[in-house]
Amino acid sequence: MKIADLLATPSELTDSASSKTAIVLMTRIRLARNLAGRAFPGRAKAAQREQVLETCRDALTSATPLRRAASAEVAALTDLDKQMLVERHLISRELGSSTGQAGVVINKEQTVSVMINEEDHLRLQVLRSGLQLKKAWAAIDSLDTELEERLDYAFSPTLGYLTACPTNLGTGMRASAMMHLPALVISGQMERVVRAVNQLGLVVRGLFGEGSDASGSIFQISNQTTLGESEEQILQRLGSVLNTINEHELNARAKLLETDAHKLLDKIGRAYGILQHSHLLSSSEAMNLLSLLRLGIDLGVFPAVARAVIDRLLIECQPGHLQHAAKGMFEPGQRDVLRAGLLRTEFANFAKPDFMVVGRN
Amino acid sequence: MPSPLKCSLCPQPATVHLTQIVNGKVHKVDLCEACAQAKGVTDPSGFSLAELLHKASLNPGPSAAGLRCGQCGFTAGDFKKQGRFGCPQCYETFAELLAPLLDNMHKGVTHTGKVPRRALERKSLYDRLTKLELDLTEAIKGERYEDAARARDEIHQVRQTIAPNTRPEKR
Repeated sequence: MKIADLLATPSELTDSASSKTAIVLMTRIRLARNLAGRAFPGRAKAAQREQVLETCRDALTSATPLRRAASAEVAALTDLDKQMLVERHLISRELGSSTGQAGVVINKEQTVSVMINEEDHLRLQVLRSGLQLKKAWAAIDSLDTELEERLDYAFSPTLGYLTACPTNLGTGMRASAMMHLPALVISGQMERVVRAVNQLGLVVRGLFGEGSDASGSIFQISNQTTLGESEEQILQRLGSVLNTINEHELNARAKLLETDAHKLLDKIGRAYGILQHSHLLSSSEAMNLLSLLRLGIDLGVFPAVARAVIDRLLIECQPGHLQHAAKGMFEPGQRDVLRAGLLRTEFANFAKPDFMVVGRN
Repeated sequence: MPSPLKCSLCPQPATVHLTQIVNGKVHKVDLCEACAQAKGVTDPSGFSLAELLHKASLNPGPSAAGLRCGQCGFTAGDFKKQGRFGCPQCYETFAELLAPLLDNMHKGVTHTGKVPRRALERKSLYDRLTKLELDLTEAIKGERYEDAARARDEIHQVRQTIAPNTRPEKR
Protein backbone atom coordinates (compact mmCIF):
# COMPACT_ATOMS: atom_id res chain seq x y z
CA MET A 1 0.00 0.00 0.00
CA LYS A 2 1.18 3.51 -0.80
CA ILE A 3 0.92 6.56 1.41
CA ALA A 4 -1.07 8.32 -1.33
CA ASP A 5 -3.70 5.53 -1.29
CA LEU A 6 -3.84 5.76 2.43
CA LEU A 7 -4.46 9.50 2.34
CA ALA A 8 -7.32 8.96 -0.06
CA THR A 9 -9.14 6.85 2.56
CA PRO A 10 -10.61 8.20 5.80
CA SER A 11 -8.46 8.09 8.92
CA GLU A 12 -9.60 6.72 12.27
CA LEU A 13 -10.68 10.29 13.01
CA THR A 14 -12.34 11.10 9.70
CA ASP A 15 -14.13 7.76 9.60
CA SER A 16 -17.79 8.55 10.20
CA ALA A 17 -18.43 5.35 12.11
CA SER A 18 -16.12 6.25 14.94
CA SER A 19 -17.42 9.50 16.44
CA LYS A 20 -19.35 8.16 19.35
CA THR A 21 -17.88 10.16 22.13
CA ALA A 22 -18.78 13.62 23.17
CA ILE A 23 -15.83 15.09 25.01
CA VAL A 24 -12.80 12.88 24.37
CA LEU A 25 -12.21 12.82 20.61
CA MET A 26 -9.30 10.43 20.63
CA THR A 27 -6.67 8.65 22.63
CA ARG A 28 -3.05 8.28 21.57
CA ILE A 29 -0.13 6.45 23.11
CA ARG A 30 3.40 6.65 21.84
CA LEU A 31 6.52 4.76 22.84
CA ALA A 32 10.06 5.99 22.22
CA ARG A 33 12.51 3.16 21.50
CA ASN A 34 16.14 3.01 20.39
CA LEU A 35 18.47 0.31 19.18
CA ALA A 36 21.31 -0.71 21.47
CA GLY A 37 24.81 0.40 20.52
CA ARG A 38 23.72 2.87 17.83
CA ALA A 39 24.01 6.65 17.93
CA PHE A 40 20.66 8.43 18.29
CA PRO A 41 19.34 9.91 15.00
CA GLY A 42 20.41 13.45 15.89
CA ARG A 43 24.01 12.30 16.30
CA ALA A 44 24.21 9.46 13.77
CA LYS A 45 25.92 9.84 10.41
CA ALA A 46 23.97 9.33 7.19
CA ALA A 47 25.24 5.75 6.76
CA GLN A 48 24.32 4.82 10.34
CA ARG A 49 20.87 6.34 9.95
CA GLU A 50 20.41 4.40 6.73
CA GLN A 51 21.27 1.14 8.54
CA VAL A 52 18.85 1.88 11.36
CA LEU A 53 16.14 2.77 8.86
CA GLU A 54 16.56 -0.55 7.07
CA THR A 55 16.76 -2.65 10.22
CA CYS A 56 13.70 -1.00 11.73
CA ARG A 57 11.65 -1.06 8.55
CA ASP A 58 12.25 -4.79 8.12
CA ALA A 59 11.25 -5.51 11.71
CA LEU A 60 8.19 -3.26 11.49
CA THR A 61 6.76 -4.59 8.27
CA SER A 62 6.96 -8.16 9.58
CA ALA A 63 5.11 -7.27 12.81
CA THR A 64 1.49 -8.49 12.83
CA PRO A 65 -0.33 -5.13 12.93
CA LEU A 66 1.89 -3.69 10.19
CA ARG A 67 2.08 -6.56 7.73
CA ARG A 68 0.10 -4.80 5.04
CA ALA A 69 1.08 -1.31 6.09
CA ALA A 70 2.10 1.64 3.94
CA SER A 71 5.77 2.40 4.32
CA ALA A 72 7.70 5.35 2.91
CA GLU A 73 10.88 7.30 3.24
CA VAL A 74 10.17 10.85 4.30
CA ALA A 75 12.29 12.14 1.41
CA ALA A 76 9.91 10.45 -1.05
CA LEU A 77 6.82 12.20 0.32
CA THR A 78 5.50 15.47 -1.10
CA ASP A 79 5.05 18.47 1.18
CA LEU A 80 1.31 18.01 0.90
CA ASP A 81 1.48 14.32 1.89
CA LYS A 82 3.51 15.26 4.94
CA GLN A 83 1.15 18.05 5.88
CA MET A 84 -1.85 15.72 5.67
CA LEU A 85 -0.10 13.09 7.77
CA VAL A 86 0.58 15.75 10.39
CA GLU A 87 -3.05 16.89 10.29
CA ARG A 88 -4.11 13.27 10.89
CA HIS A 89 -1.68 13.03 13.80
CA LEU A 90 0.18 10.20 12.07
CA ILE A 91 3.59 11.91 11.93
CA SER A 92 5.16 14.84 13.75
CA ARG A 93 6.08 18.14 12.18
CA GLU A 94 9.69 17.34 13.13
CA LEU A 95 9.68 14.17 11.04
CA GLY A 96 8.14 16.08 8.16
CA SER A 97 11.01 18.53 8.14
CA SER A 98 13.75 15.92 8.61
CA THR A 99 16.45 15.63 6.00
CA GLY A 100 17.11 12.12 4.78
CA GLN A 101 17.11 8.54 6.12
CA ALA A 102 13.86 8.95 8.01
CA GLY A 103 10.78 6.86 7.42
CA VAL A 104 7.23 6.19 8.37
CA VAL A 105 5.12 3.03 8.48
CA ILE A 106 1.34 3.32 8.85
CA ASN A 107 -1.28 0.57 8.93
CA LYS A 108 -4.24 0.65 6.59
CA GLU A 109 -6.72 1.63 9.31
CA GLN A 110 -4.39 4.47 10.29
CA THR A 111 -4.50 3.46 13.91
CA VAL A 112 -0.85 2.44 14.15
CA SER A 113 1.99 4.59 12.88
CA VAL A 114 5.70 4.34 13.44
CA MET A 115 8.26 7.04 12.75
CA ILE A 116 11.83 5.92 12.11
CA ASN A 117 14.76 8.21 12.83
CA GLU A 118 12.78 11.05 14.28
CA GLU A 119 14.26 12.15 17.62
CA ASP A 120 14.59 8.48 18.55
CA HIS A 121 15.19 5.49 16.30
CA LEU A 122 11.58 4.45 16.76
CA ARG A 123 8.47 6.31 17.77
CA LEU A 124 5.57 3.87 17.91
CA GLN A 125 2.09 5.30 18.07
CA VAL A 126 -1.36 3.84 18.51
CA LEU A 127 -4.41 6.00 17.99
CA ARG A 128 -8.01 5.22 18.98
CA SER A 129 -11.15 7.30 18.72
CA GLY A 130 -12.77 8.25 22.01
CA LEU A 131 -11.32 7.52 25.44
CA GLN A 132 -9.62 4.12 25.18
CA LEU A 133 -6.44 4.24 27.23
CA LYS A 134 -6.51 0.53 28.10
CA LYS A 135 -7.14 -0.68 24.57
CA ALA A 136 -4.56 1.67 23.11
CA TRP A 137 -2.02 0.47 25.66
CA ALA A 138 -2.78 -3.19 24.98
CA ALA A 139 -2.28 -2.61 21.25
CA ILE A 140 1.00 -0.71 21.52
CA ASP A 141 2.34 -3.03 24.22
CA SER A 142 1.84 -6.05 22.01
CA LEU A 143 3.41 -4.34 18.97
CA ASP A 144 6.37 -3.33 21.10
CA THR A 145 6.77 -6.86 22.47
CA GLU A 146 6.66 -8.27 18.98
CA LEU A 147 9.34 -5.85 17.78
CA GLU A 148 11.51 -6.78 20.71
CA GLU A 149 11.82 -10.26 19.15
CA ARG A 150 13.71 -8.77 16.25
CA LEU A 151 15.30 -5.63 17.61
CA ASP A 152 17.79 -5.17 20.42
CA TYR A 153 16.50 -2.19 22.34
CA ALA A 154 18.72 0.19 24.28
CA PHE A 155 17.60 -0.57 27.82
CA SER A 156 19.05 -0.10 31.28
CA PRO A 157 17.61 -2.01 34.26
CA THR A 158 17.70 1.15 36.39
CA LEU A 159 16.85 3.85 33.84
CA GLY A 160 14.57 1.85 31.56
CA TYR A 161 14.34 2.50 27.83
CA LEU A 162 17.11 4.90 26.86
CA THR A 163 15.96 7.85 24.77
CA ALA A 164 17.74 10.72 23.02
CA CYS A 165 16.14 13.21 25.39
CA PRO A 166 16.18 12.34 29.12
CA THR A 167 12.63 13.73 29.44
CA ASN A 168 11.38 10.55 27.71
CA LEU A 169 13.56 8.16 29.69
CA GLY A 170 12.15 5.11 31.50
CA THR A 171 8.89 3.97 29.96
CA GLY A 172 9.40 6.20 26.91
CA MET A 173 5.63 6.51 26.99
CA ARG A 174 3.54 9.54 26.25
CA ALA A 175 -0.20 8.94 26.52
CA SER A 176 -2.59 11.66 25.52
CA ALA A 177 -6.25 12.37 25.07
CA MET A 178 -7.69 15.00 22.77
CA MET A 179 -10.56 16.72 24.55
CA HIS A 180 -13.22 19.14 23.35
CA LEU A 181 -13.74 21.63 26.18
CA PRO A 182 -15.80 24.53 24.84
CA ALA A 183 -17.70 25.33 28.04
CA LEU A 184 -14.53 25.55 30.12
CA VAL A 185 -13.13 27.94 27.49
CA ILE A 186 -16.31 30.07 27.25
CA SER A 187 -16.59 30.35 31.02
CA GLY A 188 -12.90 31.31 31.33
CA GLN A 189 -11.93 28.32 33.47
CA MET A 190 -9.36 26.77 31.16
CA GLU A 191 -6.39 28.55 32.67
CA ARG A 192 -7.27 27.18 36.09
CA VAL A 193 -7.66 23.69 34.66
CA VAL A 194 -4.27 23.92 32.97
CA ARG A 195 -2.60 24.96 36.20
CA ALA A 196 -4.26 22.19 38.22
CA VAL A 197 -3.37 19.60 35.59
CA ASN A 198 0.25 20.78 35.54
CA GLN A 199 0.52 20.27 39.28
CA LEU A 200 -0.47 16.66 38.77
CA GLY A 201 2.46 16.09 36.43
CA LEU A 202 0.38 16.29 33.26
CA VAL A 203 0.58 18.75 30.37
CA VAL A 204 -2.10 20.53 28.35
CA ARG A 205 -1.37 21.50 24.76
CA GLY A 206 -3.29 22.68 21.70
CA LEU A 207 -4.60 20.34 19.02
CA PHE A 208 -1.34 20.00 17.14
CA GLY A 209 0.98 19.67 20.10
CA GLU A 210 3.67 21.92 21.41
CA GLY A 211 3.21 25.58 20.61
CA SER A 212 -0.05 25.10 18.71
CA ASP A 213 -3.06 27.16 19.73
CA ALA A 214 -6.28 25.72 21.01
CA SER A 215 -8.60 26.70 18.16
CA GLY A 216 -11.82 24.79 18.33
CA SER A 217 -11.43 24.45 22.11
CA ILE A 218 -9.60 21.18 21.50
CA PHE A 219 -6.81 20.31 23.90
CA GLN A 220 -4.34 17.48 24.26
CA ILE A 221 -3.72 16.30 27.78
CA SER A 222 -0.75 14.02 28.34
CA ASN A 223 1.66 12.76 30.96
CA GLN A 224 4.82 14.78 31.40
CA THR A 225 6.96 12.34 33.34
CA THR A 226 8.04 8.95 32.07
CA LEU A 227 10.39 7.60 34.75
CA GLY A 228 9.66 6.31 38.25
CA GLU A 229 6.19 4.95 37.55
CA SER A 230 4.95 1.96 35.57
CA GLU A 231 2.96 2.43 32.38
CA GLU A 232 -0.20 1.30 34.18
CA GLN A 233 0.31 3.83 36.96
CA ILE A 234 0.82 6.65 34.47
CA LEU A 235 -2.27 5.64 32.52
CA GLN A 236 -4.33 5.37 35.67
CA ARG A 237 -3.32 8.84 36.80
CA LEU A 238 -4.02 10.27 33.36
CA GLY A 239 -7.36 8.45 33.16
CA SER A 240 -8.58 9.78 36.49
CA VAL A 241 -7.57 13.34 35.57
CA LEU A 242 -9.36 13.01 32.22
CA ASN A 243 -12.52 11.88 34.01
CA THR A 244 -12.30 14.85 36.35
CA ILE A 245 -11.86 17.29 33.45
CA ASN A 246 -14.78 15.61 31.72
CA GLU A 247 -16.95 16.25 34.77
CA HIS A 248 -15.83 19.87 34.98
CA GLU A 249 -16.70 20.41 31.35
CA LEU A 250 -20.17 18.92 31.88
CA ASN A 251 -20.68 21.10 34.96
CA ALA A 252 -19.55 24.18 33.05
CA ARG A 253 -22.07 23.36 30.31
CA ALA A 254 -24.89 22.97 32.82
CA LYS A 255 -23.90 26.23 34.47
CA LEU A 256 -23.86 28.11 31.16
CA LEU A 257 -27.32 26.83 30.31
CA GLU A 258 -28.62 27.68 33.73
CA THR A 259 -27.27 31.20 33.96
CA ASP A 260 -27.25 32.42 30.37
CA ALA A 261 -28.81 29.97 27.96
CA HIS A 262 -29.60 32.69 25.42
CA LYS A 263 -25.97 33.72 25.16
CA LEU A 264 -24.87 30.14 24.58
CA LEU A 265 -27.61 29.32 22.09
CA ASP A 266 -26.92 32.60 20.28
CA LYS A 267 -23.29 31.52 19.77
CA ILE A 268 -24.38 28.15 18.41
CA GLY A 269 -27.05 29.65 16.14
CA ARG A 270 -24.67 32.24 14.74
CA ALA A 271 -22.00 29.62 14.13
CA TYR A 272 -24.58 27.62 12.16
CA GLY A 273 -25.46 30.69 10.09
CA ILE A 274 -21.86 31.55 9.32
CA LEU A 275 -21.02 27.98 8.33
CA GLN A 276 -23.98 27.97 5.95
CA HIS A 277 -23.38 31.32 4.33
CA SER A 278 -19.85 32.66 4.65
CA HIS A 279 -17.42 33.03 1.75
CA LEU A 280 -14.14 33.49 3.63
CA LEU A 281 -13.13 31.36 6.56
CA SER A 282 -9.71 31.07 8.17
CA SER A 283 -8.70 27.71 9.61
CA SER A 284 -8.94 28.98 13.15
CA GLU A 285 -12.38 30.58 12.69
CA ALA A 286 -13.72 27.45 11.02
CA MET A 287 -12.48 25.32 13.92
CA ASN A 288 -14.15 27.59 16.44
CA LEU A 289 -17.45 27.50 14.56
CA LEU A 290 -17.32 23.72 14.18
CA SER A 291 -16.56 23.46 17.87
CA LEU A 292 -19.73 25.41 18.70
CA LEU A 293 -21.80 23.11 16.48
CA ARG A 294 -20.25 20.10 18.18
CA LEU A 295 -21.30 21.58 21.50
CA GLY A 296 -24.77 22.08 20.00
CA ILE A 297 -24.86 18.38 19.13
CA ASP A 298 -23.88 17.41 22.67
CA LEU A 299 -26.69 19.64 24.00
CA GLY A 300 -29.23 18.05 21.67
CA VAL A 301 -29.71 21.06 19.38
CA PHE A 302 -28.56 18.93 16.44
CA PRO A 303 -28.92 15.14 16.08
CA ALA A 304 -26.08 13.02 17.49
CA VAL A 305 -25.30 11.42 14.12
CA ALA A 306 -24.06 14.84 12.97
CA ARG A 307 -21.09 14.61 15.34
CA ALA A 308 -19.25 12.41 12.88
CA VAL A 309 -19.68 15.07 10.19
CA ILE A 310 -18.19 17.74 12.43
CA ASP A 311 -15.25 15.54 13.41
CA ARG A 312 -14.55 14.81 9.76
CA LEU A 313 -14.76 18.50 8.86
CA LEU A 314 -12.41 19.46 11.70
CA ILE A 315 -9.74 17.59 9.73
CA GLU A 316 -10.92 18.34 6.21
CA CYS A 317 -10.78 22.10 6.79
CA GLN A 318 -7.07 21.92 7.63
CA PRO A 319 -4.79 23.45 4.95
CA GLY A 320 -3.30 20.14 3.75
CA HIS A 321 -6.61 18.32 3.37
CA LEU A 322 -8.21 21.33 1.75
CA GLN A 323 -5.51 21.56 -0.92
CA HIS A 324 -5.54 17.81 -1.47
CA ALA A 325 -9.29 17.92 -2.15
CA ALA A 326 -8.88 20.93 -4.46
CA LYS A 327 -5.95 19.22 -6.23
CA GLY A 328 -3.50 22.10 -6.09
CA MET A 329 -1.44 24.40 -3.93
CA PHE A 330 -3.14 27.59 -2.79
CA GLU A 331 -2.19 30.73 -0.87
CA PRO A 332 -3.80 31.17 2.57
CA GLY A 333 -6.25 33.75 1.17
CA GLN A 334 -7.41 31.36 -1.54
CA ARG A 335 -7.65 28.57 1.02
CA ASP A 336 -10.11 30.67 3.04
CA VAL A 337 -12.33 30.80 -0.05
CA LEU A 338 -12.02 27.03 -0.56
CA ARG A 339 -12.71 26.33 3.09
CA ALA A 340 -15.84 28.48 3.17
CA GLY A 341 -16.99 26.78 -0.03
CA LEU A 342 -16.50 23.31 1.41
CA LEU A 343 -18.39 24.21 4.56
CA ARG A 344 -21.25 25.93 2.67
CA THR A 345 -21.74 22.75 0.66
CA GLU A 346 -21.62 20.54 3.75
CA PHE A 347 -23.99 22.72 5.75
CA ALA A 348 -26.52 23.21 2.96
CA ASN A 349 -27.94 19.81 3.88
CA PHE A 350 -27.13 19.82 7.57
CA ALA A 351 -29.91 19.20 10.12
CA LYS A 352 -31.84 22.29 11.26
CA PRO A 353 -31.22 23.35 14.85
CA ASP A 354 -33.90 22.56 17.40
CA PHE A 355 -33.34 25.06 20.18
CA MET A 356 -36.48 23.99 22.05
CA VAL A 357 -34.70 20.84 23.18
CA VAL A 358 -32.47 22.85 25.45
CA GLY A 359 -35.40 24.78 26.99
CA ARG A 360 -37.26 21.55 27.74
CA ASN A 361 -34.40 19.88 29.58
CA MET B 1 28.06 15.16 54.14
CA PRO B 2 31.36 17.07 54.20
CA SER B 3 31.41 20.09 56.45
CA PRO B 4 31.34 23.02 55.92
CA LEU B 5 28.94 22.69 52.97
CA LYS B 6 30.08 24.09 49.70
CA CYS B 7 27.98 26.36 47.54
CA SER B 8 26.07 24.42 44.87
CA LEU B 9 27.24 26.84 42.20
CA CYS B 10 30.82 27.74 43.15
CA PRO B 11 33.56 26.45 45.48
CA GLN B 12 32.83 29.03 48.24
CA PRO B 13 31.46 27.79 51.57
CA ALA B 14 27.67 27.90 51.67
CA THR B 15 25.91 30.17 54.13
CA VAL B 16 22.40 30.17 52.65
CA HIS B 17 20.48 26.90 52.87
CA LEU B 18 17.20 26.58 51.08
CA THR B 19 14.48 23.97 51.02
CA GLN B 20 11.72 24.06 48.49
CA ILE B 21 8.97 21.60 47.68
CA VAL B 22 8.39 21.04 43.98
CA ASN B 23 5.78 18.51 42.84
CA GLY B 24 5.61 17.15 46.35
CA LYS B 25 9.35 16.47 46.42
CA VAL B 26 11.78 18.17 48.78
CA HIS B 27 14.76 19.85 47.16
CA LYS B 28 17.64 21.34 49.10
CA VAL B 29 20.26 23.73 47.87
CA ASP B 30 23.18 25.40 49.56
CA LEU B 31 24.60 28.71 48.36
CA CYS B 32 27.32 31.17 49.29
CA GLU B 33 26.38 34.78 50.03
CA ALA B 34 27.41 36.05 46.59
CA CYS B 35 25.57 33.37 44.57
CA ALA B 36 22.47 33.77 46.73
CA GLN B 37 22.47 37.48 45.92
CA ALA B 38 23.16 36.91 42.25
CA LYS B 39 20.37 34.35 41.90
CA GLY B 40 17.85 36.55 43.67
CA VAL B 41 17.33 34.07 46.47
CA THR B 42 16.80 37.02 48.82
CA ASP B 43 13.77 37.94 46.72
CA PRO B 44 11.49 34.95 47.22
CA SER B 45 8.92 36.04 44.63
CA GLY B 46 11.25 35.79 41.69
CA PHE B 47 13.07 32.66 42.67
CA SER B 48 12.59 29.08 41.70
CA LEU B 49 14.75 26.43 43.23
CA ALA B 50 13.92 23.99 40.47
CA GLU B 51 15.26 26.39 37.92
CA LEU B 52 18.35 27.00 39.97
CA LEU B 53 19.03 23.33 40.45
CA HIS B 54 18.49 22.81 36.78
CA LYS B 55 21.06 25.44 35.90
CA ALA B 56 23.49 24.20 38.53
CA SER B 57 23.46 20.73 37.08
CA LEU B 58 23.67 22.01 33.53
CA ASN B 59 26.81 23.91 34.42
CA PRO B 60 29.18 21.01 34.72
CA GLY B 61 32.07 21.40 37.11
CA PRO B 62 35.62 20.95 35.79
CA SER B 63 35.45 17.15 36.03
CA ALA B 64 32.16 16.76 34.17
CA ALA B 65 33.07 19.37 31.56
CA GLY B 66 35.94 17.23 30.30
CA LEU B 67 33.80 14.12 29.83
CA ARG B 68 33.44 12.68 26.37
CA CYS B 69 31.42 9.65 25.41
CA GLY B 70 33.70 6.83 24.29
CA GLN B 71 31.07 5.47 21.96
CA CYS B 72 29.85 8.55 20.07
CA GLY B 73 32.20 11.38 21.06
CA PHE B 74 29.46 13.47 22.64
CA THR B 75 30.66 15.98 25.28
CA ALA B 76 29.03 17.51 28.34
CA GLY B 77 28.98 20.78 26.41
CA ASP B 78 27.03 19.16 23.58
CA PHE B 79 24.47 17.90 26.06
CA LYS B 80 24.18 21.32 27.66
CA LYS B 81 23.60 22.89 24.27
CA GLN B 82 21.17 20.33 22.84
CA GLY B 83 19.51 18.86 25.92
CA ARG B 84 19.82 15.47 24.25
CA PHE B 85 22.33 12.66 24.31
CA GLY B 86 24.31 11.24 21.40
CA CYS B 87 23.85 7.52 22.04
CA PRO B 88 22.67 5.03 24.69
CA GLN B 89 26.21 4.81 26.12
CA CYS B 90 26.03 8.55 26.99
CA TYR B 91 23.73 7.63 29.89
CA GLU B 92 26.66 5.89 31.55
CA THR B 93 29.25 8.46 30.52
CA PHE B 94 27.25 11.38 31.89
CA ALA B 95 25.55 9.54 34.76
CA GLU B 96 26.72 12.04 37.37
CA LEU B 97 25.65 15.01 35.32
CA LEU B 98 22.26 13.46 34.70
CA ALA B 99 21.34 12.30 38.21
CA PRO B 100 20.34 15.71 39.67
CA LEU B 101 18.45 16.55 36.47
CA LEU B 102 16.36 13.40 36.57
CA ASP B 103 15.31 14.16 40.10
CA ASN B 104 13.58 17.33 38.89
CA MET B 105 12.36 15.93 35.64
CA HIS B 106 10.51 12.79 36.69
CA LYS B 107 8.41 11.21 39.42
CA GLY B 108 11.27 8.98 40.42
CA VAL B 109 14.77 8.10 39.28
CA THR B 110 14.35 4.35 38.86
CA HIS B 111 12.48 2.55 36.11
CA THR B 112 9.58 0.47 37.36
CA GLY B 113 7.78 -0.08 34.06
CA LYS B 114 7.94 -2.57 31.21
CA VAL B 115 11.10 -4.59 30.66
CA PRO B 116 12.03 -5.99 27.23
CA ARG B 117 12.12 -9.49 28.70
CA ARG B 118 12.62 -11.41 25.48
CA ALA B 119 15.38 -9.12 24.31
CA LEU B 120 17.15 -9.44 27.64
CA GLU B 121 16.75 -13.24 27.62
CA ARG B 122 18.17 -13.30 24.12
CA LYS B 123 21.10 -11.18 25.19
CA SER B 124 21.86 -13.48 28.12
CA LEU B 125 21.65 -16.50 25.78
CA TYR B 126 24.13 -14.91 23.41
CA ASP B 127 26.42 -14.04 26.31
CA ARG B 128 26.18 -17.68 27.41
CA LEU B 129 26.93 -18.85 23.87
CA THR B 130 30.01 -16.66 23.62
CA LYS B 131 31.27 -18.04 26.94
CA LEU B 132 30.60 -21.65 25.91
CA GLU B 133 32.39 -21.20 22.61
CA LEU B 134 35.39 -19.86 24.52
CA ASP B 135 35.21 -22.84 26.91
CA LEU B 136 35.11 -25.21 23.95
CA THR B 137 38.20 -23.68 22.33
CA GLU B 138 40.06 -23.75 25.64
CA ALA B 139 39.04 -27.36 26.32
CA ILE B 140 40.19 -28.51 22.88
CA LYS B 141 43.45 -26.63 23.27
CA GLY B 142 44.01 -28.29 26.68
CA GLU B 143 42.96 -31.67 25.24
CA ARG B 144 40.18 -31.94 27.85
CA TYR B 145 37.85 -33.76 25.52
CA GLU B 146 35.12 -34.53 28.09
CA ASP B 147 34.79 -30.81 28.87
CA ALA B 148 34.82 -30.07 25.16
CA ALA B 149 31.99 -32.51 24.53
CA ARG B 150 29.96 -31.01 27.36
CA ALA B 151 30.50 -27.50 26.02
CA ARG B 152 29.57 -28.64 22.52
CA ASP B 153 26.31 -30.19 23.77
CA GLU B 154 25.44 -27.07 25.70
CA ILE B 155 26.20 -24.89 22.68
CA HIS B 156 23.85 -27.06 20.68
CA GLN B 157 21.17 -26.62 23.34
CA VAL B 158 21.53 -22.85 23.50
CA ARG B 159 21.43 -22.61 19.71
CA GLN B 160 18.20 -24.61 19.74
CA THR B 161 16.68 -22.16 22.20
CA ILE B 162 17.57 -19.17 20.07
CA ALA B 163 15.23 -19.00 17.11
CA PRO B 164 17.15 -18.91 13.82
CA ASN B 165 15.58 -15.64 12.63
CA THR B 166 16.55 -13.66 15.70
CA ARG B 167 20.33 -13.77 15.24
CA PRO B 168 21.58 -10.23 15.79
CA GLU B 169 23.73 -8.85 13.01
CA LYS B 170 27.43 -8.39 13.64
CA ARG B 171 28.40 -5.02 14.95
